[in-house]
Amino acid sequence: MPAPDPFLQVRDLRIHFPTDDGLVKSVDGLSFSLRRGRTLGIVGESGSGKSVTSLGILGLHNRRNAQVSGEILLGGTDIVAADPETVRRMRGRRMAMIFQDPLSAMHPYYTVGAQIVEAYRVHNNVSKAVARKHAIDMLGRVGIPQAARRVDDYPHQFSGGMRQRAMIAMALSCDPELLIADEPTTALDVTVQAQILDLMRDLQEEFDSALIIITHDLGVVAELADDVLVMYAGKCVEYGSAITIFEEPQHPYTWGLLGSMPRLDRGVTKRLLPIAGTPPSLIQVPAGCAFHPRCGYEPLTGGLGASTVPELVEAGRGHLVRCHLPADERRRIWVERVRPELEAS
Amino acid sequence: MTEPLLSVRDLRKHFPITKGLFKRQVAAVRAVDGIDFDVYKGETLGLVGESGCGKSTTGRLITRLAEPTGGRIVFEGHDITHIGQGAMRPLRRDMQMIFQDPYSSLNPRHTVGSIVGAPFRIQGVRTERGIKREVQDLLTLVGLNPEHYNRYPHEFSGGQRQRIGIARTLALKPKLIVADEPVSALDVSIQAQVVNLLEDLQEELGLTYVVIAHDLSVVRHISDRVAVMYLGKIVEIADRDNLYAHPRHPYTVALMSAVPVPDPRRRAAKRRERVLLTGDVPSPIDPPSGCRFRTRCWKAQDVCATEEPPLVERPGDMAGHQTACHFPVADDEEVAGRRVPTPRAG
Repeated sequence: MPAPDPFLQVRDLRIHFPTDDGLVKSVDGLSFSLRRGRTLGIVGESGSGKSVTSLGILGLHNRRNAQVSGEILLGGTDIVAADPETVRRMRGRRMAMIFQDPLSAMHPYYTVGAQIVEAYRVHNNVSKAVARKHAIDMLGRVGIPQAARRVDDYPHQFSGGMRQRAMIAMALSCDPELLIADEPTTALDVTVQAQILDLMRDLQEEFDSALIIITHDLGVVAELADDVLVMYAGKCVEYGSAITIFEEPQHPYTWGLLGSMPRLDRGVTKRLLPIAGTPPSLIQVPAGCAFHPRCGYEPLTGGLGASTVPELVEAGRGHLVRCHLPADERRRIWVERVRPELEAS
Repeated sequence: MTEPLLSVRDLRKHFPITKGLFKRQVAAVRAVDGIDFDVYKGETLGLVGESGCGKSTTGRLITRLAEPTGGRIVFEGHDITHIGQGAMRPLRRDMQMIFQDPYSSLNPRHTVGSIVGAPFRIQGVRTERGIKREVQDLLTLVGLNPEHYNRYPHEFSGGQRQRIGIARTLALKPKLIVADEPVSALDVSIQAQVVNLLEDLQEELGLTYVVIAHDLSVVRHISDRVAVMYLGKIVEIADRDNLYAHPRHPYTVALMSAVPVPDPRRRAAKRRERVLLTGDVPSPIDPPSGCRFRTRCWKAQDVCATEEPPLVERPGDMAGHQTACHFPVADDEEVAGRRVPTPRAG
């Protein structure tokens, strides 16, 4: 079954959770696609729907408490429509996930090796001895020294960075075509983070998988991603190549994220430029553009921001922006106001 | 310079590891193992390091939430190293702490008014216009609505909760504030709001901060001076601009090169320049002899294993730039791209 190109296509994905307080629209009309060998960075603050999206792609939402609609086409199979058994057989083999906290994602009672062996044998009809050899091989490839000895260690005997390496080994053990990493380095120290980011980049080249990296850290995105999707309140507000997003961002929210972050590669700015207010509740998403109550440029839309949901429209080649401001106006604000402020030191 | 507000000399904190029925001490976690620094009035000292380096323990020692094992802490001329709780209480007015997690540092059963007003009641401070008015002024000062006086912490977002914690800290007009990871639990856009608030308050009220954080970019933004810690020791301390422009200790160099930079064009270059440390931080129970960083250092020689390098100013460096290293990194030194050989475990 040759995978058609692009390998992953998400179309109008909606994931809603009915609760006593109302309907939580965690993901509300998300579309994107991804080829093999490419890395997509999904950026957003907590509650923007980035993790819910990744669980949706893995088919991990319980249909009893989540309403999933839209299409997630992975190599031709629609994960939203497929029966749970089909999705289960794909999970681990065709798509795999690296979680944020390896200590809680691994079982404390089983050795690291046993957990990799289990994942491998679920999808491959091989003997325990062969699977064990494969587990040792995988641990060696993710840079665990003395893998043949460490394979029999328990997760608590590994350090944080080693655990994350072991989890990457587990995720890659069945050679998945799609790898989703949800905040893979947030729990790690910065020197360990650098090691893990390098490792993920090397392994992706080696395995030629499609990689989705979910993070709130724009630095991590700039290190890994080819394309970037910025999420706000369950919707994509800006999408483009990493170079475009970092050098010619056009959505005020993306500007806000860039201004909120002190940067080591530039001089010290006098003040940070935060986004006013707080992220919205997903039960009562603001009418119109969800970002309008926090947006400094909302008055320029002439009331449109508060009344109408803006469409995601093309602002350049492969560059999509969901904003009411006219494209040339946005470009002018970025060049004349926002960029000089960000670069001022 | 003038007299320091806070002066720390050879400060140590060892947590005993006991064994058996009689709790015989078999070893100790040397969380903080002999550090010296001064904090001057009106400045911000940043303490950076990776998890387990002792930075939070240092914060708890100087606010005397933990009992030091050795050394001296002098605050405004008073030796507070071993004074008891009762004697410490009046000093707590002058020395307050901001905690990392705004969810666990506010009592969920108390209203905001009661949380922010607690310092007045505990310290028996008489206010001219009543506690309620004072609390409402404090809420306004940190950017909250004073009418939310009767609300409970769960009604606020993470960033607002952190502001409540800051209001409580400010209640008695302290001279020194120790902030332990004040923004790391917050969303990026909220982090910037709280960092700006801390800076505004410092300017307005003449506060002195010790900011403990693992994020090197945040520390650079907020600090006047920065101390880098590794395994219970300060390995380098200097003026902020000086430290970031001319790092001397190999660990500082490695730490800075590891920070991801939000510039996709520099990705390849950044990777070449990165000094990749291999292995993990050794155990603080049995730290390496001599220089503690030597097991991961690419410049280590025999002397590093036998002699512990003192934290001193090096010839040619700016005044106040102290480094604890036998072979400090020079400005134009070729360290880029070098991969350090895998060190022994433990």
